[in-house]
Amino acid sequence: MPTARVLRWLRSRFPLYVLIFLFVAFAAFPFYWMTITTFKQDEDLFHVATDSKYNPYRFNLPPTLSHLKQLIFETPYFTFLRNTLFVGLLVVAITLLISVPAGYSLARLLGRWGEQLGIGIFLTYLVPPTLLFIPLARLIALLGLSDTLWSLVLIYPTFTIPFCTWLLMGFFKSIPKDIEEQAMVDGHSRLGAILKTVLPLSLPGLLTVVIFSLTLVMQEFVYALTFINAVGKMTLSLGVPIALVHDVYRWGPLMAAVLISSIPVAILYNLFLDRFIAGFTGGAVKG
Amino acid sequence: MEAAREIPRARYRYLLDRERLLGPLLISPAIGYILLLIGLPLLLAIYLSFTNAISGQLSAQFVGLKNFQTILADPLFFQALKNTFIFTSISMLIVLILAKVLALTLLKSFPGRPIVRFLILLPWVAPISLTTLSWDWVLGASNATLSTINWTLRAVGILGPQDWIWWTSYTTPAMAAIILIQVWRLLPFATIILLAGLTSIPQDIQDAATVDGAGFWRRLFEIILPLMLPIVAVAVLFGIIFTATDMTVVYILTRGGPYNSTHVLASLAWQRGIFGGQLGQGAAIAIFLFPLLLIVAFFMLRLARRTEVA
Repeated sequence: MPTARVLRWLRSRFPLYVLIFLFVAFAAFPFYWMTITTFKQDEDLFHVATDSKYNPYRFNLPPTLSHLKQLIFETPYFTFLRNTLFVGLLVVAITLLISVPAGYSLARLLGRWGEQLGIGIFLTYLVPPTLLFIPLARLIALLGLSDTLWSLVLIYPTFTIPFCTWLLMGFFKSIPKDIEEQAMVDGHSRLGAILKTVLPLSLPGLLTVVIFSLTLVMQEFVYALTFINAVGKMTLSLGVPIALVHDVYRWGPLMAAVLISSIPVAILYNLFLDRFIAGFTGGAVKG
Repeated sequence: MEAAREIPRARYRYLLDRERLLGPLLISPAIGYILLLIGLPLLLAIYLSFTNAISGQLSAQFVGLKNFQTILADPLFFQALKNTFIFTSISMLIVLILAKVLALTLLKSFPGRPIVRFLILLPWVAPISLTTLSWDWVLGASNATLSTINWTLRAVGILGPQDWIWWTSYTTPAMAAIILIQVWRLLPFATIILLAGLTSIPQDIQDAATVDGAGFWRRLFEIILPLMLPIVAVAVLFGIIFTATDMTVVYILTRGGPYNSTHVLASLAWQRGIFGGQLGQGAAIAIFLFPLLLIVAFFMLRLARRTEVA
């Protein structure tokens, strides 16, 4: 009897597991592939071209760290990383400085106008870089910022501010009004009440904004491609596909770069994903 | 002494407490940033499309509709327009079907679900300019003899021992590869949005329908789908924007090749405007993305209004 039950259970669950396996294989395959490429010896990587019996899915020779070493010691990888962090941190700071007051104002101070204006600001997130890069290239040239990291610091907030203001508006709305009203009754000004009660309570929201801005900066490609030419000024998402790819593709170090740059971004983003999605879906799931 | 210090502070405090003032004051930096760096550039884009501006030279003359005449006489422009439409519509169709199946699958509980979720989300959360590079390697776009996909197809007998698909050397496989990557990247996003919609359908409505004798399909078509329509619309609208305006995948995988046959509007605008330096023409090409944007924004607003009423 128990075996029959196990069999029946297996049969009812089997299609589910097959489906899950197929989807995971599709989604994660390039990541599996960059991982195995990073640690394979070059002979192991390229042997498959001449021998169709050679299984490329496993290590046929012992794994090696030489590609990682090449990446770190022989390429400008660390320059890209430093540039990315520089731009990322400044963009996060600008985004917080502008979005926090804006989000609060929309949620609490502007009344019925707040909601309309909030939707309007959110809609500007839909204006894609590909529509703006030409006029912005002109603007950046006029400002004398071509080929500097400051061009990215100035332009990246155009996509972080709309989305983050929208996220924070929702966040501030979810904090009960009574708390700050109580603080104001206790003698704090509106600003004092915001600093003393609202901001500490919205730390998770602020953290979401920090992570979201940081990951968006790490993912951005089009503006960086447009404004930056010098290899020394490139960010990771630009430098790895543009400057590390030469006439001869060095796939080992290249995949090592892709692996160690994309996995931390993926983990960070994933931790806060549900909040971002709540931002995207906005009102549509409320009902 | 005490009183003298108190008075200006009190007035300052009074000023900031006037909500009529504080509200606009706090929102104005955001509005300013958006107007200056999104609004103004949009207008500048329209203006540039009517000029002969080239990069490296700040003076430009008004040339009327000349740029539009040039691009409308260019078969490459229509190819890019067609490709944008093909890539977007086909990948959105596949994404919607797969996302629906995947969302219903992830709704069930099974061991290892958080890990499965993380792995399935990877394509969306990792930088696309980097992961397109790993697709290049998986497909063997730059060298078909190193292609894992080709190796696997030969191993299972779909391709003969000496057959190679040169993924980015011919138009059809190159277009298929671009659609594949767009589907791969957008599937997690659409799935997670649909999942949010599915979990928001109150279980008691479904239970009540089951008690009343509604089977799975009846529940799917008469309860789940209608209730999910707004959320499906969100996934579709964002999906359209993300695919139709993307140039990263095309740029990294094919650079628009072979023979400019896989260009989309965005990548062609970049090619002309930035790489070729013809800012005016580039702007004129990019402007054709604008109607699409207006349509999407219109439906977004309708969606937002509808949920507000409800």
